[in-house]
Amino acid sequence: MATATFPKKPADHINAKPVEYAPHDLEVKSYLPEIFRGVGVSMKHFFENTREIVRGKLPDPVLDRYDDGITTISYPEQKRPYPERFRGVHRLTTRTDGSMRCVACLCCSTACPAQCIYIEAGEYPPGDKRRGYEKYPVKFVVDELRCIFCGYCVEACPCDAIRMDTGMHAVPYDSRDQFIYDRDLLLSFEGRDGSHVTANARHEPGDPTHPGLTREHSH
Amino acid sequence: MEPLDVELEEGELELPAEPMHLNMGPSHPAMHGTVRTVVELSGETVVKADVQIGYLHRGFEKMCERGTWAQVFPYVDRLNYVSPMLNNVGWALAVEKMCGIAVPERGQWYRMALGELARIADHLTCTGAIAMELGAFTPFLWWVKAREMIWDVLEEETGARLTHAFGRIGGMASPPTPGFKGLCRATLEKVEQILVEGEKLLLRNRIFIDRLENVGPISAADAIALGWTGPCLRACGVAYDVRKSHPYLKYDEVDFEVPVGTNGDTLDRFLVRLGEIRQSKRIIEQTLDRMPDEGPVSCDDPRVMLPAKSDVYSTIEGTIQHFKLVMEGAKVPAGECYSYTEGGNGELGFYMVSDGSGTPYRVRIRPPCFQIVGGLSKLVEGRLLSDIVPTFGSLNMIGGECDH
Repeated sequence: MATATFPKKPADHINAKPVEYAPHDLEVKSYLPEIFRGVGVSMKHFFENTREIVRGKLPDPVLDRYDDGITTISYPEQKRPYPERFRGVHRLTTRTDGSMRCVACLCCSTACPAQCIYIEAGEYPPGDKRRGYEKYPVKFVVDELRCIFCGYCVEACPCDAIRMDTGMHAVPYDSRDQFIYDRDLLLSFEGRDGSHVTANARHEPGDPTHPGLTREHSH
Repeated sequence: MEPLDVELEEGELELPAEPMHLNMGPSHPAMHGTVRTVVELSGETVVKADVQIGYLHRGFEKMCERGTWAQVFPYVDRLNYVSPMLNNVGWALAVEKMCGIAVPERGQWYRMALGELARIADHLTCTGAIAMELGAFTPFLWWVKAREMIWDVLEEETGARLTHAFGRIGGMASPPTPGFKGLCRATLEKVEQILVEGEKLLLRNRIFIDRLENVGPISAADAIALGWTGPCLRACGVAYDVRKSHPYLKYDEVDFEVPVGTNGDTLDRFLVRLGEIRQSKRIIEQTLDRMPDEGPVSCDDPRVMLPAKSDVYSTIEGTIQHFKLVMEGAKVPAGECYSYTEGGNGELGFYMVSDGSGTPYRVRIRPPCFQIVGGLSKLVEGRLLSDIVPTFGSLNMIGGECDH
């Protein structure tokens, strides 16, 4: 393993470059030529902006992003698409049979720097094939007002149970308790690809991949 | 009251010369951040300026002692909230120095590119705000438009516009997106075009120059004595740049200049920042040319890096390692170190003590703004009240890192 060599040896020659000042010549001193030049630059923009209004065609927020002219978009009629890595409102994934993937291991609530996740673990009811094998969250609450959208919960989840790929930003509500998202609401959100299913749906009791170990029937 | 018909010598009939106290801030439209300045005025001249900071104090250093070393990344995002990526890189380098970890080539180039993008955004905001506070709103809007484009790139890469939380101990959260280089080049091209247009409005405009030139000058010796670093020190003619004097990442392998001023006045600080935007662009261009397209951005040291998700899902070793790192945090060897990088406003230092556990024992930050704002009263005393605005703007105080 390479070790850090930091800081390194100072540069032999610090390439200092003095800044250039505007000359104090008559042109600058007499205000007017520069004022007209500046107004010219502003007017160019003014006409570029009005041209689009006159034509009645507003720029596309994605395609015309680097074009001159208006860059404002009329939200919410027009929306800027969020990039693929955008961290939006959380969601909980499900297994293929529609049940929750979360096993209430508390990794996400531990990793959360804002401590915005509250989980209460519970045992599956008697007779359930998962009883004694894993738990599930009786309560899974995310306080979207405390959340800082750092994405550490997603990184910390060993089950791919929590994700932030809904593509939704936190919406404003009128009271604080509406920001407390409970388990069922989080389960109802779907990913941007429209899916609910986890990427880690392995080792289900009853599945062919399951090692056949439960708490009662272990080695 | 004295009768007015008495013969008076000229100058005797003056108003009582008690100084007037005036509060500027904490929230003042012309103040560059949340800071309160109590000025004592004699007429329009500032006799005494008492700069009171602390309005954004959140106990950053104490908060760091609560969680793991990796959980500090969201906090450093909020130090200098105009260039969070530079803080991310600074903190990552600091912890890596403690652990003795080196990041792969590609990760180092990636950090440099993202960091310099953040530096451009920082300088655009600061210079634009100086102009705006003096009444020139147009360049500010254009430069903020350019900053938006940079933030679009950063959002594309990190998933958040401002609070990236993207650095990790030993690397970055994810590798560059496939379109990173192309998007970066297109953005830089446009940013420079917008920058030039804004400069056309300002740099030869005498009204603007008169407001900045010879306002708030400071000598190099005074600036060094106050502990200034960054663009404000370089404006005094001292070519001290951590990237040159104590290179980290790959800064010793790229070619760039250090813009320096001469008088250390507000105009110098303004021009140095504009010069640095161009140098940052140069650095990013070289970085993009030399950054490999393949390869890891993070080291594979299992002591600090989370295992790959596929390992966590399928092997017990991966799961255990994952749980140990999440629940206890990466163990940093006991000891102490000081690590410093060039932030948006100057030398951003972290002094840290570890007791060998997964939680920092003590973290001390050396924010560049703190020392710089300490010199503000010296700069404005004896000058006009209206000079406070551009002087304070050019120091670019960021409350988040100043009030640590």
